[in-house]
Amino acid sequence: MDNEELEITLLLEAMQSRYGYDFRGYARASLTRRIKKGLAETGLQRISELIPPILYDRDFFNKFVANLSVHVTEMFRDPLFFKALREEVIPYLKTFPFIKIWSAGISTGEEVYSLAIVLKEEGLYEKSRIYATDFSDTVLEKARKGIYPTDLIKKSTKNYQKSGGSTSFGNYYHADYESAIFDRALKKNIVFANHNMVTDSVFGEMHLILCRNVLIYFDANLQNHVFQLFFDSLRPNGFLCLGSKETLEYSKEKDNFVAVIKRQKIYQKKKTHRGYHAESL
Amino acid sequence: MQNHYEAVVIGVSAGGFRALHTLLSELPDHFTLPVMIVQHRKASAENYLVTSLNKNCRLLVKEADEKEKITSGTVYLAPGDYHLLVEKDKTLSLSIDEPVCYSRPSIDVLFETAAATYQAGLIGIILTGANSDGSAGIRSIKAGGGLTISQHPETAEADTMPLAAIATKAVDYILTLQEISPFLNDLLEQSHETKE
Ligand SMILES: C[S@@+](CC[C@H](N)C(=O)[O-])C[C@H]1O[C@@H](n2cnc3c(N)ncnc32)[C@H](O)[C@@H]1O
Repeated sequence: MDNEELEITLLLEAMQSRYGYDFRGYARASLTRRIKKGLAETGLQRISELIPPILYDRDFFNKFVANLSVHVTEMFRDPLFFKALREEVIPYLKTFPFIKIWSAGISTGEEVYSLAIVLKEEGLYEKSRIYATDFSDTVLEKARKGIYPTDLIKKSTKNYQKSGGSTSFGNYYHADYESAIFDRALKKNIVFANHNMVTDSVFGEMHLILCRNVLIYFDANLQNHVFQLFFDSLRPNGFLCLGSKETLEYSKEKDNFVAVIKRQKIYQKKKTHRGYHAESL
Repeated sequence: MQNHYEAVVIGVSAGGFRALHTLLSELPDHFTLPVMIVQHRKASAENYLVTSLNKNCRLLVKEADEKEKITSGTVYLAPGDYHLLVEKDKTLSLSIDEPVCYSRPSIDVLFETAAATYQAGLIGIILTGANSDGSAGIRSIKAGGGLTISQHPETAEADTMPLAAIATKAVDYILTLQEISPFLNDLLEQSHETKE
């Protein structure tokens, strides 16, 4: 291990022991870049010099940790995924009297509002409850508000149309000077809550889980841990949706799921109990 | 002592379609190093580039998958709209961090993470392009003891990127596009001979 790696290991250890924020299983290359970026902003020289202010200065830590996460998101990101969700998954969900959905790592909320719109248009919203979680209170607060800069609307509208939207996107927000305020009715059945996928556990049995563009930031071990958490949080035949570059392919959990729409990374939990599958073959 | 090279990284932007065809089609099928490429491009144009390069190249050309093990004799292209990074355990990872130098994928991100992993075992190449992404990456490769090459600016469709790389004074060789593949090949054969 070179010195830089050692310093990073110590830093992550310190954050974990002091505040319970556990980044030890995050993919190192990207995390290292972000730590160095944070370091450059402080004017300190070495990564290990970050440890004292992190231990003794909560505000410093809060600012530092906020910069470690990536919150890039958009409405109907990957429109073809939302189209597949609408056309292939929703019809199956319609057969249930009540459905529970978990959208994990929602960032500023665009993903969960997109989902709410799909559910409305498919007549499923009224019998759904959506748990929208992230481990950052800052982004959760923005998600709760549902107010976004208007300059994003053009892209969002285009994505909405490509995703098979059945009305006009303009029906879902009203525009102020610089912001688009999303319809309060979309929030009615959404529960926003802080949840850390690394350290927190199962809180319900879901019909559908969306966790998109979060797992790319985790190393293989942590991915396995989270896939297990999702497995335990899903009903038999429940769906798991990942980001377009994420896959269960290289994971230990692979055999507990079926890739129902491979291209869009939509998986379905097998009916069998975990572990039984391999033995019963 | 001759270096023992382990990997090649290439950064290319405007004019890259032709440049990559020329360079990759000259690599022999016994070329043993993995090659990782960032070509600036839009998300939607992706498969065409991979398919057409694959047809023209004796090595397997594919889009990089997240957590994929880096394998010798394979050419990896960063997917559109994702950064491509090399992990210390020689696997690939992707990220949607903010663009760097207005670019995602960014050449600097690939070069810097590859330099941290391969150090003196890395060869970095800057080809044609109309911005200065890659210059910081070239510097880190040089600092790690790796070998750096720039396409000769006069032979580049867009010379800004090679010029910016050369201006760092961290470029070891300035070669025409046609010279690069034979050069890499010689380099490999030499380092094999010295090992024996
Ligand atoms: C790049 S955003 C993805 C947003 C959205 N799902 C999408 O695909 O556009 C990643 C989000 O994951 C959150 N995140 C990272 N690690 C987490 C963890 N351990 N638990 C919960 N959320 C986490 C970050 O705070 C960030 O908002």
